[in-house]
Amino acid sequence: MLSFIGRSIIQKIITLFFVMVISFLIIHLAPGEPSQVDPLNPKFTPEMVERFRSAFHLDKPLHVQFVYFYRDLFTGKSVSWKDNEPVLKKIGERFLNSLPLFILATILTWTLAFPIGIRSAIARGGVYDRSATFFSYLFYSIPGFFFAYILILLVVNTFHVPVIGMKTFGFGDVSVLRTVMDRVWHLLLPSVLGATVGIAVLSRYVRSQMLEVEGQDYVRTAKAKGLPSEQVHYKHALRNALLPFVTMFGLMLPGLIGGSVIIESIFSWPGMGRMAFEAILARDYPIILSVNFISAVLVLAGTFISDVLYMVVDPRIRL
Amino acid sequence: MKKTDTHTLHKETGLEEGPLPPKESRTQEFWRLLRKNRLALAGLIIFVFFFSIALAGLVLTSGNKPVFDPAMVRLQEKLRPPLSHPHLEAISSEETPTLGIYLCGTDDLGRDVFSRMLQGAWVSLTVGFVAVGIAVLIGIVLGGISGYFGRNPVRVDHILVACIVFVGAGLLIGGVFLAGVGLLCIGCAYVLFQRWWKKVGGQSATPLIRLFSAETFSVDTLIMRLVDIMLCFPVFFLILTVVALLPASMYNIMIVIGLTSWMGTTRFVRAELLSLREQDFVTAAKALGVSDWRIIFRHMIPNAMAPVLVSATIGIASAILIEAGLSFLGFGVPPPHATWGNVLSDGKRFIFDAPWLTFIPGFAILIVVLAFNLFGEGLRDILNPKLRERY
Repeated sequence: MLSFIGRSIIQKIITLFFVMVISFLIIHLAPGEPSQVDPLNPKFTPEMVERFRSAFHLDKPLHVQFVYFYRDLFTGKSVSWKDNEPVLKKIGERFLNSLPLFILATILTWTLAFPIGIRSAIARGGVYDRSATFFSYLFYSIPGFFFAYILILLVVNTFHVPVIGMKTFGFGDVSVLRTVMDRVWHLLLPSVLGATVGIAVLSRYVRSQMLEVEGQDYVRTAKAKGLPSEQVHYKHALRNALLPFVTMFGLMLPGLIGGSVIIESIFSWPGMGRMAFEAILARDYPIILSVNFISAVLVLAGTFISDVLYMVVDPRIRL
Repeated sequence: MKKTDTHTLHKETGLEEGPLPPKESRTQEFWRLLRKNRLALAGLIIFVFFFSIALAGLVLTSGNKPVFDPAMVRLQEKLRPPLSHPHLEAISSEETPTLGIYLCGTDDLGRDVFSRMLQGAWVSLTVGFVAVGIAVLIGIVLGGISGYFGRNPVRVDHILVACIVFVGAGLLIGGVFLAGVGLLCIGCAYVLFQRWWKKVGGQSATPLIRLFSAETFSVDTLIMRLVDIMLCFPVFFLILTVVALLPASMYNIMIVIGLTSWMGTTRFVRAELLSLREQDFVTAAKALGVSDWRIIFRHMIPNAMAPVLVSATIGIASAILIEAGLSFLGFGVPPPHATWGNVLSDGKRFIFDAPWLTFIPGFAILIVVLAFNLFGEGLRDILNPKLRERY
């Protein structure tokens, strides 16, 4: 176990190094330079561009830039090129904004996907199962931005509540309840949107896992000895079907930072995804690279956690 | 098989007629199963329908005098609802829509949405197919190498040559021609030298050569680590970054989507080849002296196509979604050309006054993507006998 952990950590560090190199190369070898973003701006005189280039080491060869950049990132000194704010502070602020979205979406996904999947596995082939299958494909295929507009139209027309942004602007001194409800309404739509694909995929997965287990001999035995069907389904079958989902907790981690560029920009939600999108528009390389780096770390950490969890939960697995 | 052989075979199997061929051919079986799976059949029908519409769209909307002109601006006819008749007194005769009626309405510049949708269908189709084609090609080659030659070790000199060639190509692109060409030549010369050395069978044990031919890790490890590295990138974000940095063009989008989505195919092909490699027909082919590449591409890959086809079908769906998302954010195919994503993105400002500008492209994308997903999932069930019983 320890040797497995050690080996996989070393492997992941090597992978991370290559991710760093590749993302750095992609950004810096692409045509165009950040110092040319706004050629029409009168403040961008050639001297300014020169000062800008030397301040951010853009005049050095690539490998030197690489070392400088990651040294700054690890010591927390790297700053955004756009507004000179420290990158980590900016990411931290935006991360806190995205966090409620992520948490609510995750809760929605996991609490809805399991009942749907289990029920359609138990009533296999029935009307419920077939419609659940169809709707999960439908929600999996619907373009997020289109669904967002349908939901906005629905909510705004029926409930007459504003939904864009994090809270209603200029909503200063009203009762606490109103403020809380306002925040909840603003939170609800983007998280529902973030959860739809998750629910569709996860409920299908729960269904196939349940079907796999329901076909096992011990479930037939449990049925044959006359146990009530709740006990068969939920005690004997479900517990065994749960195993693979333990690992999915680890795989959820990258969702923390990925956010959704499209959903956050539709709802003007000042989260990670939107910050990354703005950084791309402004060619703010430190932000782009840092977001990329952090999300790679989260993917690697997620797979690592899920491997370890699987080993802990399932004694048959010995890697 | 000779006649006498069949005779003895009859005796051995105890059957009068000998072993019978299967009652139905593979294609017949495929159609029977597909007809039973109604959702998949619907997916296939929609797919064929979409394909013909996209082809018709390409023919009808291109050229100097297209039948349906997607770029014709009629400012006096803006935001007309679907199925409305044009005000014939306000527009000149060549501005009247071909069908005499705005089938899907007009947008904020008075352009006919029906023509724009026709033009966009072809974009969605090509983006989907070309991107997935690139991904499948890379996936099959890398997966094939990894599954078949996986156990071969990578030697130190391989790594060195690869580094030299890469640096050379980098310098060449970066503008340092002399050094770049020099390094490339060194790389090629070394490869030729190696071939000659192998043919001569030269064996000498100078320490330098021994160091050069020291074995490091296997080819399989190399390719699988490459897959791991690619899986670390947040895909949509990476595509967005690259597309935003590169000049806007449809081909860049296809290539970028293709280059970021080959990992699944590689893994499937590798897994299939690992099990196929141990089978008798591969051994037989090897014994007959068939070359390695021919074994891989002629004998093994066709047997490994089932999961690739499934993931390709679903991959087309997600490529269409990604393209629509990029167009929506304003990084798609550049403006004069209509795509479903940018029709929707232009129309979203008028969502309360002209909802058809949002709903027509939205439902078009939804239906096409849904069709591909349903057909792909149906294929998975049909091509995999193990799943048939359960679903």
